[in-house]
Amino acid sequence: MPQVRILTKWLDDPEQPKIARAMEHGYYAAARRAVLEMQPDEIIDLVKASGLRGRGGAGAPTGMKWGFMPKEPTQQRPSYLICNADESEPGTYNNRELMEKDPHQLIEGMIISAYALRVRTMFIYIRGEMVLAAKILADALSEAYAKGFLGENIFGSKFSTDLILHRGAGAYICGEETALMDSLEGLRGHPRSKPPFPAVQGLYGMPTTINNVETLCNLPHLVNQGVEWFRSMGTEKSTGTKIVSVSGHVKKPANYEITMGTPVEELVYDIAGGIRDDNELKAAIPGGASMPMLPKEVLLKTNYDFESLQANGSMLGSGGFIAFDDTTDIVQVCEVIARFYKNESCGKCVPCRIGTDFLHKVILRILDGKGRPEDIDLMKGICVNLGGERMMDSRSFCPLGDAAAWPIMWGGLKYFQNEFEYWIRHKQSPLGRGPGLPAAI
Amino acid sequence: MLSEKAKEAIRVQMKRYPVSRSALGHALYIAQEECGGWVPGEAVKDIAEVMGMDPADVQSMMSFYVMYNKAPTGKYLIEVCHNISCALLGAKLLFDVLERKCHLHPGETSEDGLFTLKGVECSAACGGAPAVQINGLFYENCTPQQLEALIEQCRAEGAPKENLYNAAYTPERTPKDGA
Repeated sequence: MPQVRILTKWLDDPEQPKIARAMEHGYYAAARRAVLEMQPDEIIDLVKASGLRGRGGAGAPTGMKWGFMPKEPTQQRPSYLICNADESEPGTYNNRELMEKDPHQLIEGMIISAYALRVRTMFIYIRGEMVLAAKILADALSEAYAKGFLGENIFGSKFSTDLILHRGAGAYICGEETALMDSLEGLRGHPRSKPPFPAVQGLYGMPTTINNVETLCNLPHLVNQGVEWFRSMGTEKSTGTKIVSVSGHVKKPANYEITMGTPVEELVYDIAGGIRDDNELKAAIPGGASMPMLPKEVLLKTNYDFESLQANGSMLGSGGFIAFDDTTDIVQVCEVIARFYKNESCGKCVPCRIGTDFLHKVILRILDGKGRPEDIDLMKGICVNLGGERMMDSRSFCPLGDAAAWPIMWGGLKYFQNEFEYWIRHKQSPLGRGPGLPAAI
Repeated sequence: MLSEKAKEAIRVQMKRYPVSRSALGHALYIAQEECGGWVPGEAVKDIAEVMGMDPADVQSMMSFYVMYNKAPTGKYLIEVCHNISCALLGAKLLFDVLERKCHLHPGETSEDGLFTLKGVECSAACGGAPAVQINGLFYENCTPQQLEALIEQCRAEGAPKENLYNAAYTPERTPKDGA
């Protein structure tokens, strides 16, 4: 079965956030074994061999990132581990569910990671709006401290590590790892230039690793069940499982954990129950609002994994799958997405600060019935200035600029330019809707 | 402006971090809670004094983040997600309800001081779209009828029983100091 329950196994148990229940389910055994019986480098090698890739968006190999960290941090130059829990990519809601319903899985994963990376102080940077998750995590942390799983000499070993919960305050850009570090330092969340990479010069100028919630939640399972088991799921280059947050016009929107490489067709029609009212699927964004949408015919020949989605012109991103049925006006979808990036641009670099606003204004103008034929080329020009001639050819300071350009340039305009042209020519959508935003798009 | 208790809470926060400036985010939450939902200029000055910073520096940090309110807010903070998944499933209808029943547009506070409405970006509840948060509590798959009932309920109560946004639980109880 492509649908599996590994990270999501105990999410339906209302008592799971309590440490007693979590331990009944075998939690903290992997952390105990790692700290007492394994060498830090053994764990790093395990992660490298597993092929685990970051689940937060970029998909970088976790083991490789870890490999850049110093082997012998000193008191003057300590290493830090940050869990990026600033989940704010539109369409993505698996981290929130993992934290609210199974906080100890994340804490255990972080303890194992801290031991592997020789980290004395860890942080969870949780999105400010996720107050309930922060409360649940704070309680779970207290329990883990009380049991001696965090703090001095954990599990009776010589290893000590602390975990600090830090709340953000509402800024999408702080999900970008360098902006997150600035925010955690008490500054405006502006991205930093790379290099130097965080593993060399990160939080407070010290070596730092930043991993996503879901990535870290994989660690206990990997330690418990080993590389062979982990690699038995997924594909050669996308190993393990992925929790896909399915939303939009499907019958059963929810977080589904699937093995990497599951056909998108199966995800939409079998797992998520198909399209609402038995309408036709028109298009879908496979990996959160930053990623280009793909039309039905492309989706149906794509598998849900890093390589397959990239080969078909989009990306897995954060795993937010947003489905549109055939009553959806793509120009209106693009307006919502463009507005989001305009609102969330941090203002540090010019292409993004000006470009995101300009792009949104042009789309609004079209929807207001005032579009001009040259607006199509205008939008493409703005997108090139934001994200380059090709995908991954960034011209903005940080990936937010690409993220603003991709869904318009390589999604909306690439596959549905005719809808933009129709709006411009007829001052209404091909679905017969007039200017202005309807209740549902 | 800020009470000694709040100042002490800020000092506790400063000790939790390797570099005390990291506590600035918490400090602003502490001030916001004490000042009834927003951070007035006087509180900014107090934070700067406690943390040994320039008030302009504190102000610059605060102005970047949307969750620090720069003006008084209503007793009930209503946040309606207007991002893609919620927009697809009728978030606009929820804004229409608030306009009709409370004469509120995003960013406004009602004249009676009861409600503040914010249109917010993806609140990570896309599986339950459209989603509304009232004082931090989620109402998923929210229909216009349900929202109307919620508004009536708030009016009848007069003051919220619970405000999840109050930061009290995050600071002192986070474990580093041994909870």
